[in-house]
Amino acid sequence: MRTIGIVKRVFKEMLRDKRTLVLMFIGPLFILSLVFFLFQNTSQTKTTLVVRQVDSELVTALKNDHLRVKSIHDQRAATTIIRQHDYAGLLTQKGDQLKLVLANSDQSKSTVIKQSIQQAQVKLKTQAAAATLKSEAATIKKLAAALAALTKSTTFAGHSGKATVASAKNYQLKTKYLYGSQDSTYFDTLLPILMGFIVFFFVFLISGIALLRERTAGTLYRLLATPIKRSEIIAGYLLGYGAFAIVQTLMVVIFTIYVFNIQIIGNIGLVILINLLMAAVALAIGLFISTFANSEFQMMQFIPIVAIPQIFFSGIIALDTMPNWLQVIAHLMPLYYGANSMTAVIEKGATFSTIAPNLGVLAVMTIIFLILNNQTLKRYRQV
Amino acid sequence: MAIISITNLKQGYGKTTVLNDINLQVAAGEILALIGPSGAGKTTLVSTIMGMLKPKEGEVIVLGQHMPRRESLAQIGYMAQSDALYDELTAQENLVFFCEMQGVNKKVQSQRIAHAAAVVNLTMDLNKRVKNYSGGMKRRLSLAIALISDPPLLILDEPTVGIDPELRQQIWHELHQMAAAGKTILLTTHVMEDAEEANQVLMIRGGEAIAQGTPAALLSQYQVTSIEQVFLQAGRDQDAHNRNR
Ligand SMILES: Nc1ncnc2c1ncn2[C@@H]1O[C@H](COP(=O)(O)OP(=O)(O)OP(=O)(O)O)[C@@H](O)[C@H]1O
Ligand SMILES: [Mg+2]
Repeated sequence: MRTIGIVKRVFKEMLRDKRTLVLMFIGPLFILSLVFFLFQNTSQTKTTLVVRQVDSELVTALKNDHLRVKSIHDQRAATTIIRQHDYAGLLTQKGDQLKLVLANSDQSKSTVIKQSIQQAQVKLKTQAAAATLKSEAATIKKLAAALAALTKSTTFAGHSGKATVASAKNYQLKTKYLYGSQDSTYFDTLLPILMGFIVFFFVFLISGIALLRERTAGTLYRLLATPIKRSEIIAGYLLGYGAFAIVQTLMVVIFTIYVFNIQIIGNIGLVILINLLMAAVALAIGLFISTFANSEFQMMQFIPIVAIPQIFFSGIIALDTMPNWLQVIAHLMPLYYGANSMTAVIEKGATFSTIAPNLGVLAVMTIIFLILNNQTLKRYRQV
Repeated sequence: MAIISITNLKQGYGKTTVLNDINLQVAAGEILALIGPSGAGKTTLVSTIMGMLKPKEGEVIVLGQHMPRRESLAQIGYMAQSDALYDELTAQENLVFFCEMQGVNKKVQSQRIAHAAAVVNLTMDLNKRVKNYSGGMKRRLSLAIALISDPPLLILDEPTVGIDPELRQQIWHELHQMAAAGKTILLTTHVMEDAEEANQVLMIRGGEAIAQGTPAALLSQYQVTSIEQVFLQAGRDQDAHNRNR
């Protein structure tokens, strides 16, 4: 079958083109790692937490290398204070109730504050436990002394040794965020979007340039001078470059899970499926766009038009904050569907039926572009 | 029966007309040379015969079928004017690939490749990557690819460009043998010696067929001693004709 012939040829060409291979397989991992370190490494972050009417033991326990604690008596609303002074967070106390308000505009700072509060509570609890142990030890000593006395004299003193249990307050923490939510460490928010985008971008670029080269070298025309069907060429490209896209996708997914230790709440199979659909759309669009470029340089010029805008419509900026016409545009972007599904699966454990509509849209987009490709090939051979 | 039969063909790109009122019959076993100045429309005519372009007017029948027709391409061996080869692959891999595309039976594939490579003297260089080939070697490989399916009709767009005289003779020897075996060959050329080897010559100039016939008939018709002179004279006649109109 001719399609197989094309697939074999694509494999040979790709495997011999070491630079493209590296770009396709190492590139995504490199970008992901960069972003990971950019947003994960909080060890350098130093921030200030403002406290109001908080137990002094807790305040002492809160202090650490990354957190300065500052007490205030300002009685206005927490949000007002944070906005006015640009604090990272404000902690207030009423009885055992702790209320934490986080600005959350810099999520690494929020992380530091949350971790510090947790650590402080653990610290207080261990101190309390230690105190309890101490007092219990004292009681046991007393009892032992009484027992000794009992064996000496015959009178039983009858001692009630009640240990005083030092109990740590069990603080109830309530957290409020000015921006975003509790789930957002920035990398977590970015990862699903980034994964979809990276797969889209590399497949788009590599398949587009491959077909472009074939066109400018004249081999596409020569190929069409054989009895091959136009659809067989498209299928050959889809399968050939698709196989590389699959490998790339698997590498990205495995890397994210095992190297970044990202917890995927939903099914990994779904994550892979979404990525594969993203690769298919990218392939179809890449092939299509390449017909409008006459050189690799011109192909590059399509990146800011086709690839970059998708990032902004992928969920990084909440869709409901956009004007209506922009929302319409968002619904034309493959990455919108891909990233939404990915976020749903990775962070909320969405099932297949939940993301099926999104996947359906991606599949339809792929088919539309494949048909368009089939039509544009008519430029070279009219049957 | 004519292998190629063209009647009243008008062809062009968009609104511009490149070929006007072309009529042509090529019988089985014939070698037709298409000559004409650069930009005359030779490649356009070839593309039309292959069915890459739909005729604007008139009809083109190849091997008994109206063109354009995709399936007919299996019976046409084509050599494009510019080499269209996969540089990253070896010559052998290019040949295998086009065997698969052309639908050559797997059993005869290696024998066909060996034969085609021998005709163009590439047997020793088959395992080299095409990107390391010289210009003439690429041209020869393109010709080998056209021969690979042993087709009843060969269409060669300037096959002798960049080919040394010795090899040119060898190639012509092969082409004559193929024609003797009943295969039809259409080639375009700027080399008058090639035209003299053909059974039939068609001269195109300014989109029109200005002279047509066997080389001998053309020489006697124009009372000259070489095809080159026919070519020049026919061109002058056409200009004079157009001035008088
Ligand atoms: N794809 C195209 N689109 C528009 N015009 C074209 C196209 N291809 C060729 N032409 C025009 O058609 C005319 C004939 O071109 P063609 O390639 O058929 O000439 P040719 O006889 O093969 O020339 P050469 O001997 O240089 O190969 C030229 O004027 C050319 O500019
Ligand atoms: Mg030409």
